[in-house]
Amino acid sequence: MKGYLTLRPGKGLSSFHLHKKTLLVTAVAALLTFVMAVISLGMGEIKLSPLDVLRVLIGMGDEQQNLLVQQFRMPRIVVGILVGASLAAAGAIMQGVVRNPLASPDILGVSGGASVAAVTFLLFFETVSIKWLPPVAFLGATLIMFLLYGLAWKKGVTPLRLVLIGVGIKIAAGAVVTMLITFSPFLLQNKAILWLTGSIYGVSCADARMILPWTVGLILLGALMARRVNIQQLGDDISMSLGSAVQRDRFFLLLICAALTGTAVSVGGEISFVALLAPHIAKQLVGPSFGNALPLSALIGALIVLIADLIARVAFSPIDIPVGVFTSAVGAPFFIFLLYRNRNR
Amino acid sequence: MRALLSNTYLKIMGVGLFLLLLAYLSYASLVFGIVETSWHTAIDAFTQFDGSNEHIVIKEVRVPRVLNALSVGICLGIAGTLLQALTRNPIADVELFGLNAGAALFVVVAITFFGISSLTQFTWIAFLGAAVSGVIVYLLGSLGRDGMTPVKLTLAGAAITALAASARHGMMVLNEKSVDEVLFWLSGSVGGRKLEFLESVFPYMLSAWVLAFLLARPIQTLLMGDDVAKGLGQRTLLVKLAAGAAIVLLSGSSVAVAGPIGFVGLVTPHLARFLVGIETRWVMLYSGLLGAVLLLAADIAARFVAKPAEVPIGVMTALIGIPFFIYVARKGLDKG
Repeated sequence: MKGYLTLRPGKGLSSFHLHKKTLLVTAVAALLTFVMAVISLGMGEIKLSPLDVLRVLIGMGDEQQNLLVQQFRMPRIVVGILVGASLAAAGAIMQGVVRNPLASPDILGVSGGASVAAVTFLLFFETVSIKWLPPVAFLGATLIMFLLYGLAWKKGVTPLRLVLIGVGIKIAAGAVVTMLITFSPFLLQNKAILWLTGSIYGVSCADARMILPWTVGLILLGALMARRVNIQQLGDDISMSLGSAVQRDRFFLLLICAALTGTAVSVGGEISFVALLAPHIAKQLVGPSFGNALPLSALIGALIVLIADLIARVAFSPIDIPVGVFTSAVGAPFFIFLLYRNRNR
Repeated sequence: MRALLSNTYLKIMGVGLFLLLLAYLSYASLVFGIVETSWHTAIDAFTQFDGSNEHIVIKEVRVPRVLNALSVGICLGIAGTLLQALTRNPIADVELFGLNAGAALFVVVAITFFGISSLTQFTWIAFLGAAVSGVIVYLLGSLGRDGMTPVKLTLAGAAITALAASARHGMMVLNEKSVDEVLFWLSGSVGGRKLEFLESVFPYMLSAWVLAFLLARPIQTLLMGDDVAKGLGQRTLLVKLAAGAAIVLLSGSSVAVAGPIGFVGLVTPHLARFLVGIETRWVMLYSGLLGAVLLLAADIAARFVAKPAEVPIGVMTALIGIPFFIYVARKGLDKG
């Protein structure tokens, strides 16, 4: 097996094939993400050189720099990375399961479900601690995923029905959100709109700590199910004849997808098109095998959100534009390109 | 499936019944609401106007509201029929295809960047927005060898809607003071819009209705498939372009009057086909009537659901329409 690194820990009980090219590309992506994070940490009202930032990171910066980097900018950067990674992983799973390269949790209403839950929370439970927002969004995403799956079920779930019903649910979620916002006082309206477009403005260390275990755990879980995703991509008939429990696997995978989406939406709001964009770039680089593409998608998602957030912070300073505006500006043309490329599918 | 109203006599009777129903709903819409009035007051408001609160409400608020709902409902119903025929897609709708989102985006751009607030300009901008996004979605949805498929169209619509929505939100965040007025408009409503809104677009609406009925027969032919229609000597491209123009006129002018209202056009053609069968002219007529009924009823309900606040009618129609949409999507697309 040329091009693979084979690991056999123990006495051949288990073995891993690691694709060398994938390892290389993933390492480069990780490095790029780190570099981008360092650059972004240095940018803003007060600029710091990347070297200064590095000095702070290893604990050798002066007091003012420490405060600036660690207290003000770090949470936002970390959350950006986690949100991007969650969204991208969710997108990769969904595209694998739905077998449609144009599907993603934001287009199929899963993010919308999280939004309904979160906006309800923001508007009606003003006195309750904001800490409860992530679980609420998470719950919303999961419920919507159940609803979507249930409604698309008719002797099994076909990707076609899933897509159409998903789009319907997305619009329904949008209608409910509009209704909630129209009823609410002016001050909350702006808050809700900002949040809806997707923004990681004003996140805290607590937010980062809160979603870190979810993002990491769920992506690992997704990676463990990589082989099942690969089988799903062959189509229902082939996967069933391979002895795979197609519907059960699909259900669990979609549940992981919902959880990842909920995690991301709970702190970042609806940042659209990242989930669509990142898996495609990853597959271009390392091929369609899900185990290879998943970690790389996550890194690319993180990179996209980092860059978009940097632009959002700096370009229109002092106004903070929601990140979602920029991810859409890049994502939508790409989506159109995808439609064009898949025109004969 | 046999239509419920199987002969022309019954169909005409049906139209009569619908007109009666519309008259009753209009009356209800005129009289019921936060300010309760009676038909006496309603008549007095026109014959012996005395400047009382109730008279003003009727003349300035309720009457425009009824007329808006009627005309927008007819537009949406006819637009739905045309759209479903043109795309041969039973789940086609102006909302799903991003026409509403495009129109809304253009209007928000106009308000934010050009400070436009005049009605006539609003109208043109909404037209333009609906047309641009409609053309984009149509082209995207028909790329490729197998032509237009429901999934491609739906996804293209969803993507354009997502793009328009986030651009719109971005602009609203940038420009906080316009949020309030835009939000109300964006949620879709037939109330609170002055009669001038309707007056300025009514000529377009009317011409689109006429155009749609003139197109009924060619579209019936087109429904048999492009090849058959061409073989029968039809200039299919011309028919499609004309139908497209009618759809843009219908949806653009409804958006200009009432903001984005979705799913009326999705539901009505199906109900109309259930009532009168597949003949396009009747389907169109019934779909228009049903659209008006649906919108009037939704508007009346919108006043009472969350009294004293009002639910935006676009939200009402979406919440009514989406279960129906899901039903149609589940039933299967192949049967049309």
